[in-house]
Amino acid sequence: MDSVLYEAQRQGRISFYMTSFGEEALIGSAAALDPKDHVFGQYREAGVLLQRGFTLEQFMNQCYSNELDQGKGRQMPVHYGSKELHFQTISSPLATQIPQASGAAYAMRREGNKQCVVCYFGEGAASEGDFHAGLNMAATLGCPVIFYCRNNGYAISTPSIEQYRGDGIASRGIGYGIDTIRVDGNDIWAIYEATKAARKLAVEQNKPVLIEAMTYRVSHHSTSDDSSAYRSKKEVEDWSKRDNPLARMRAWLMNKGWWEKSEDVEVTKAAKAAVLKAFADAEKLKKPAVSEMYTDVYDEMIPELVREKAEIDALLKKYPDYYQVNDYAKST
Amino acid sequence: MDPSVEPIRGLDLGVAHSKLLLRTVSDVRSNAELQHAGVADGETKKMNMCQAVNDAMRTVLATDETSVVFGEDVAFGGVFRCSVGLAEEFGRERIFNTPLTEQGIAGFGIGLAAMGHTAIAEIQFADYIFPAFDQIVNEAAKYRYRSGNEFDVGGLTIRTPCSAVGHGGHYHSQSPEAFFAHVPGLKVVMPRSAVQAKGLLLSAIRDKNPVVFFEPKILYRSAVEQVPVDDYELPLGKAEVLKPGKDVTVVGYGSQMYALENAVQMIERDMPGVSCELIDLRTILPYDIDTVMESVNKTGRLVVAHEAPRTQGFAAELAAEVQERCFLRLESPVQRVCGLFVPHPLVFERMYMPCAVRVYEAIKNSLSY
Repeated sequence: MDSVLYEAQRQGRISFYMTSFGEEALIGSAAALDPKDHVFGQYREAGVLLQRGFTLEQFMNQCYSNELDQGKGRQMPVHYGSKELHFQTISSPLATQIPQASGAAYAMRREGNKQCVVCYFGEGAASEGDFHAGLNMAATLGCPVIFYCRNNGYAISTPSIEQYRGDGIASRGIGYGIDTIRVDGNDIWAIYEATKAARKLAVEQNKPVLIEAMTYRVSHHSTSDDSSAYRSKKEVEDWSKRDNPLARMRAWLMNKGWWEKSEDVEVTKAAKAAVLKAFADAEKLKKPAVSEMYTDVYDEMIPELVREKAEIDALLKKYPDYYQVNDYAKST
Repeated sequence: MDPSVEPIRGLDLGVAHSKLLLRTVSDVRSNAELQHAGVADGETKKMNMCQAVNDAMRTVLATDETSVVFGEDVAFGGVFRCSVGLAEEFGRERIFNTPLTEQGIAGFGIGLAAMGHTAIAEIQFADYIFPAFDQIVNEAAKYRYRSGNEFDVGGLTIRTPCSAVGHGGHYHSQSPEAFFAHVPGLKVVMPRSAVQAKGLLLSAIRDKNPVVFFEPKILYRSAVEQVPVDDYELPLGKAEVLKPGKDVTVVGYGSQMYALENAVQMIERDMPGVSCELIDLRTILPYDIDTVMESVNKTGRLVVAHEAPRTQGFAAELAAEVQERCFLRLESPVQRVCGLFVPHPLVFERMYMPCAVRVYEAIKNSLSY
């Protein structure tokens, strides 16, 4: 999916994309959670949604901002969300989800359902004030939340040596009085085991846990970034050859006798076909109805919005070509 | 009339002498809005605004098991005593102190509300709400819209003491409502009295949208009224006409209403035959343009006042909207009487404030244009 959508952006068919290359082992954390645990993410956690059953169609519809996008075409691509899958909608401002996750975890604790919250963020986001706020609040207020830091070495172009001078993010957890562990972020089983143990601590003792997963961002930061401007191609190639989470998983499966090399081709082919089908279907659909621009600002449309809608509706009627009204679904 | 004579002569000024307050049980009985809310004939209790806020929160805590109250120093009762007794009554799990972090408080409240809980957050002074600006503007306000209504934080209310208090200087005096009035997705409310505070706060907490609720702290002790003991709500987005008049419309909100009341008294004494229509906006977003428009279409003149600085202040929005809607009815330029374009000054507060004298002059200017 990452490869197809990345190429689609290069061809101008979607406006933006961010891949998860090199960080795929993060899916191990999702596997260690209860499906009803609430997820607050940053933007490079599509693997969690995949693990929970978000469909290829849903991913594509969001990236295409089409009429079936659950977000009604309002946010940039990769800002996924799903109430059904307990995955809070992604937003662009970094680290804002961290104190929110603490608050949500406090609600979980009050409900007494032995559910927890997991909150993902990068090592760059951990420099934001909201990181400090969120971790300190979770510790002092006893919130069952797992803070999962993806330390992939870069925040866009900024290497971690310009991000912090302490011992990574994990060393900070201790300062807040939070049980902390650092794991090999390319080892799906290390991630799984750490998350499983963290979840147990969180739900049984109402305590936050910090996991720092060390990995490497093989991807460019996004489709608006060419990372060769600030790091060598060789560095990236070395990482993906020497320490690739997919290769490691494949080797493990083959050792167990659960995977044959021949399956690579077959499975890749089937996956590619499924992705391309969802892609083609999503591309054909119209944009959401223009009337969706005004809904959900508030629970009900306020008078100001009713007035603005009437104003724009009149213009759409007058200048339908300029506004390309046929690209949008009919308002109901 | 000798123009050098001080306009305030013989007048008892301010909240302490206000005729806007419902000081007696019969005031409550005859109040149309409280009748409409079904509580005018019920039991009342003498409360100041702080007690009324406390009473509203107690009402919610008693009826909504998911509701929690949190912020800096709220557990022992709050630095203004608004949450006094609540921790003892409802427990420390529901009334709790947070670490000293405004962005954390707002974010935490958003998280609670995203889970469908009722979050009543306190920011100790409105002057310190700015660290939470990102959480409020980029997160709370857009939460429902950006998720296509998959998620919302309608259960969030942020209470915060605002406005001048006589000696608050730069950081205990601000009125930042206009910063928030520019944000689709938020509601912004400011009550003027105890009865208003209880009814509007109950509405704000139960409203299905995030609300920033500004409480003019100078009124916490001074605005004393007979407040209905029963549960009641006053409508958000609805202004209140406090005094009908035919010659000029005077609009404000919060503690500014008492300066406006005095200015109107002075005008009507000094200019016999003139009558002013006094309107309390109460909700700043979304604001009740219809009530203001109806009034200006009748009077032909408008004076708007607020404590916040004039440039880009909320009065500019109201003035622009009124000139657009009432252009043919306006007989004089809209007058704005506001705080000056300086940081709220300590020893110069008397000159800074849009006091009754400045409003009096503005009304006279409007009438004599």
